[in-house]
Amino acid sequence: MFIIQQKDFDSLISALKTRSYLVIGPTVRDNAVVYDEINAASDLPIGWTDEQDNSQYRLKRTTNGSFFGTSVGPYSWKRFLFPPRLKILSITKRGKALEIESDEPGERRRQYAFLGVRPCELSAIALQDKVFMDAQFSDRAYTVRRNGAFVVAVNCTRSGGTCFCTSMGTGPDAKEGYDIVLTEIVEKDQHYFVAEVGSAKGTDVMNDVPRTKASAAEIQLARKLVETARENMKKTMNAKGLRELLSENAESTHWDEVSRRCLMCANCTLVCPTCFCSTIEDTTDLSGEHAERWRRWDSCFTMDFAKVTGGNFRPSTRARYRQWITHKLSSWIDQFGTSGCVGCGRCITWCPVGIDITAEVQALRNNGVRAEA
Amino acid sequence: MLKADLTEMLCKHPFVGDLHDPYLKLLVGCAKNVHFHDGDYLCHEGEAADLFFLIRSGRVAVEIHAGHKGKQRIQTIGPGEVLGWSWLIFPYRWHFDGCAVSEVSALALDGKCLRTKCDKDHDFGYEMLKRLANVFQSRMEATRLQLLDVYGSR
Amino acid sequence: MKQTALAGIDGLIDPMVPQMMSIKKTVWETDDTFTLQLENAAYAEPDFSFLPGQFNMLYVFGMGESAISISSDPAKPTTLAHTIHRVGTVTNALSQMKRGEIIGLRGPFGSRWPIEKANGLDVCIVAGGIGLAPLRPVLYSLFRRRRDYGRVLLLYGARSPLDLLYRVELEEWSKLYDVEVLVTVDRSDSTWKGYIGVVPNLLSYIKLDARATIAMVCGPEIMMQYTIAEILRRGVPSDQIYLSMERNMKCAVGFCGHCQYGPKFICKDGPVFALTQISDLFEKKEI
Repeated sequence: MFIIQQKDFDSLISALKTRSYLVIGPTVRDNAVVYDEINAASDLPIGWTDEQDNSQYRLKRTTNGSFFGTSVGPYSWKRFLFPPRLKILSITKRGKALEIESDEPGERRRQYAFLGVRPCELSAIALQDKVFMDAQFSDRAYTVRRNGAFVVAVNCTRSGGTCFCTSMGTGPDAKEGYDIVLTEIVEKDQHYFVAEVGSAKGTDVMNDVPRTKASAAEIQLARKLVETARENMKKTMNAKGLRELLSENAESTHWDEVSRRCLMCANCTLVCPTCFCSTIEDTTDLSGEHAERWRRWDSCFTMDFAKVTGGNFRPSTRARYRQWITHKLSSWIDQFGTSGCVGCGRCITWCPVGIDITAEVQALRNNGVRAEA
Repeated sequence: MLKADLTEMLCKHPFVGDLHDPYLKLLVGCAKNVHFHDGDYLCHEGEAADLFFLIRSGRVAVEIHAGHKGKQRIQTIGPGEVLGWSWLIFPYRWHFDGCAVSEVSALALDGKCLRTKCDKDHDFGYEMLKRLANVFQSRMEATRLQLLDVYGSR
Repeated sequence: MKQTALAGIDGLIDPMVPQMMSIKKTVWETDDTFTLQLENAAYAEPDFSFLPGQFNMLYVFGMGESAISISSDPAKPTTLAHTIHRVGTVTNALSQMKRGEIIGLRGPFGSRWPIEKANGLDVCIVAGGIGLAPLRPVLYSLFRRRRDYGRVLLLYGARSPLDLLYRVELEEWSKLYDVEVLVTVDRSDSTWKGYIGVVPNLLSYIKLDARATIAMVCGPEIMMQYTIAEILRRGVPSDQIYLSMERNMKCAVGFCGHCQYGPKFICKDGPVFALTQISDLFEKKEI
């Protein structure tokens, strides 16, 4: 384990850029912390923290100068690995024949270096890996972006306002899936990062960063800060037996109750780092000789999601909310072997009416067939 | 036709089921083995419903005159099924035409006579109504599914 | 299952890339249902193999795709055909295409009818409306080895006599292949001499050796529910009943999430399911 001083942090970013990575990290924009291109440490949300709660998100100034003092914002890394809009095919009509191009322009792109991936997000990426790569077919766009991505994870030393990673076993510290992991330590007049390498790629990059060996005390301090985050986790979800709780309570009156609050706005699915539903849109140009097929993010909350000609399998609000939460916490286990929720809390923060997945689960337990928690 | 043969035929029909003597004998006494050809009418709308039929083989179409649409066949009654319950329900008149659409073998039962017996012996009446209730229920379920028009594209 | 997607620059197969097929022939079965016969546009040799129950995504230039069950004989790849109900923009466009026009095809996708499980058993095939189309490949396969099976029954219903599919074949099958065919319609005028009534009702006109019967059911979901309830009531074991489900299909390869039915993806876990795989879902509303 190493120590990187705050003043040397730019070397880490440079080391990634010299290897032709496009560095993406947290940055402040439009009163939120989003993920975008980072050129230097100064682009990070330095001196900012956030206050999150059900349907609330505020940035607040801090004086400690921390680089990673905010928890997760409305963006997740799926924005880059599984882009919101992606052209999947170009087709040209020549006489009767149809000619197909399936290369995206710029396919031979620069690979991403994700700087500042939280432990819950590492789990989220691993879940989407299972969806898109570990299947009968691989999604080519995802695979190409994922295989080349460099991951610099950052352990959490504070709990966000809606976080419950401890309940889902995904944090607050990173276990695997990173090339480098950092724990930021800011105290009195010291500001440094305890760094650990997780792969050969990580070692290679680390060689270009000025660093010293971490002392036992520094390592211990890093661990203690993570423990503090664990002990002060703002929310909890009773995750035991969720697969059965949801699959056995499809007819619960609780869904009627939620449907009176839920606006079907789809915010939760947009901000959720594991939601993967998409749709395909077809376009043509005016000449009628050129057509394209685009993949776009979709949400099971939309009216048309379950539409077929002549009807709709899931027209009611009640059924659509139930579908989202049942898929996330129950069906996902049947499909991919684990829960689809990583406890990042985004859906709670960004729901305009503050529907809280942890509270909904508890309400279902109280209302539903299974009495014991 | 021998009474024994009639009894056997009756017992084979699902409507009769586990009906025992003396009620079974009652039915046998009111039953006749009948046969219709393709195109024959078993009943006409408005006529007195003095008979009802337990179909043994073949198909009878229930026909209703639907104004400008002409004769509409809305259902066929097939083997093991019952044609007619108006013999027990006021005003004891047929509500449709029943037209054989194949060769049909059936047991015709004297509904008028059985009706009188139901009035006198309520236990027997209960046995008949119980059986008719089954017929109503399965006919209703089938009609519901027909109404849903599941093959329509709209 | 044959992989028909093209390889991309990095060697990865892309399941979203269609192969080109040309229209060989369009046969109108009813006034809104047609059978599209296809042949491979690139070479004369047919190389399309599939299993009964599987479906393809048919692409019309600039308009989009439609998921259509394959309804031809799996043993005769030159006769690749899809029976299609003309209900939306894509199917309407397909219905108007002329011989030689090119469409895209992705597939075959999905699970199959387990015909080998029918060995030595009576086979009861129950179809409603267009549901006969994905079952026709099963019938062709059964006929190929008719003596491997006991009785073969086909119970089929449509809206009206004019909506019946494959009328000529229905007659042939009963004569040539020892199939007991019962046909019913929901409504009719006075020219129809067959059964009038719903498909589940046809079951009351047949005797079944229930424990030795395998049932394969396809049609509108509510028709399947009533039919399966009746089949179960007659004593056919639930692990001998199979059905084909339908949902909104976009990618057909398990990525887009649209076709989910509870935890099952209709495109890859289905469309054919054993009743035991989905019996708890079947009873729930709006799943």
